[in-house]
Amino acid sequence: MADQDRRTLLAGALLGAGIAASVVDLAVFHLILHWHHFYDLSTTGVALASDGLFHAFGWFVTVGSLFLLADIRRRGAMSWRRWSGGLLAGLGAFQLFDGVVLHKVLRIHQIRYDVDLLVYDATWIGTALLALAAGLVLLRRTRRVRPGR
Amino acid sequence: MTHHHAATGWALFDGTVLVLLGLGATGWAAGLWAARHRGPWPVHRTVLWYAGLLCAGAALVGPLAEAARASFTAHMAGHLLLGMAAPLLLVLAAPVTLALRALPVARARAVSGLLRTAPARAVTHPVVAGALNGGSLWLLYTTGLYGLMHASVLMHAAVHLHVLLAGCVFTAAVAGVDPNPHRGSFPLRAAVLVGFLAAHSALAKHLYGHPPDGVGASDARTGAQLMYYGGDVVDVALIVVLFAQRLAAGRPRDRAARPVA
Repeated sequence: MADQDRRTLLAGALLGAGIAASVVDLAVFHLILHWHHFYDLSTTGVALASDGLFHAFGWFVTVGSLFLLADIRRRGAMSWRRWSGGLLAGLGAFQLFDGVVLHKVLRIHQIRYDVDLLVYDATWIGTALLALAAGLVLLRRTRRVRPGR
Repeated sequence: MTHHHAATGWALFDGTVLVLLGLGATGWAAGLWAARHRGPWPVHRTVLWYAGLLCAGAALVGPLAEAARASFTAHMAGHLLLGMAAPLLLVLAAPVTLALRALPVARARAVSGLLRTAPARAVTHPVVAGALNGGSLWLLYTTGLYGLMHASVLMHAAVHLHVLLAGCVFTAAVAGVDPNPHRGSFPLRAAVLVGFLAAHSALAKHLYGHPPDGVGASDARTGAQLMYYGGDVVDVALIVVLFAQRLAAGRPRDRAARPVA
């Protein structure tokens, strides 16, 4: 069922992006490593508002994608590999967007402060590309999948 | 910052809160009794109602409420309990549904009619409810209102009553289970919820660096982070409820059936 397949892909990609936006940022960088500032006085109103929207939307997408998955599962068979491919691709794509556009182009915030950023940026963007590539490979390999597999 | 309380005023406040909580508790039990022939009432809804009353009570009277008069962090804990946790619990208990079952027909019709009036519909519109709830927060914490609230028992009571009511109206508008013929569409309610969560997060971060007058820096930092992460927990719970309702309504077999209140 093409529709079921499209939804599977979407559910995976959304979860990947949602996790990247909310959980990774929040759990790893804020809470565990304390690299991101919770807030600093030089933050502009625009940055504050966009951070808030990002954060909110990230959670919404994360939760929503899990419920989408639940709905897909109850309507029939789905391919976990296809879903995983979507997840990796979504995760990688979002991290790439975050690492390039938000960190470097718009400069809304950085990975860490008071350090030489090159290593951090390179690692962030590098792993993002890896995840994206892995996801796309998995999607390509599961492309001509038999219905119900 | 020392507070000179009119002891009688605060005692009166505490007493009134306890009476109201008592009414909420016994009223529910009376409702259960009166509605006992109308069919089984889900136990979890009763649990939710009493849990909601407990949360509201903890925020208004007792040790946390006492601490909240001097500590921004304690105040914020109370705010989360009163303005977010209690509304979520109370609204999901479906009190209006119980009331409609428990009341005699004429009274039930009157209540229904009241809920359909233009002002009621206007206030419970998701955007209005969201703006009321979010806007009140910004007003409270970025203006002199916060200080006024501490200085006067009457202001304290008014603000806290508003926080509870605004929270309940907002929660009901977004994910209420009581009958609502004018319920907003899913995209509308979702957008309002995301917007509210964003505004709540932005405010918390803003307060981190710009606390209300009289609040110490370290107290501000802790309180702001509590507001941010605590608010996250409740708002994410609300998002889960929103999607769970949608999932239940979209059950493949029951596509044709209306969602059950």
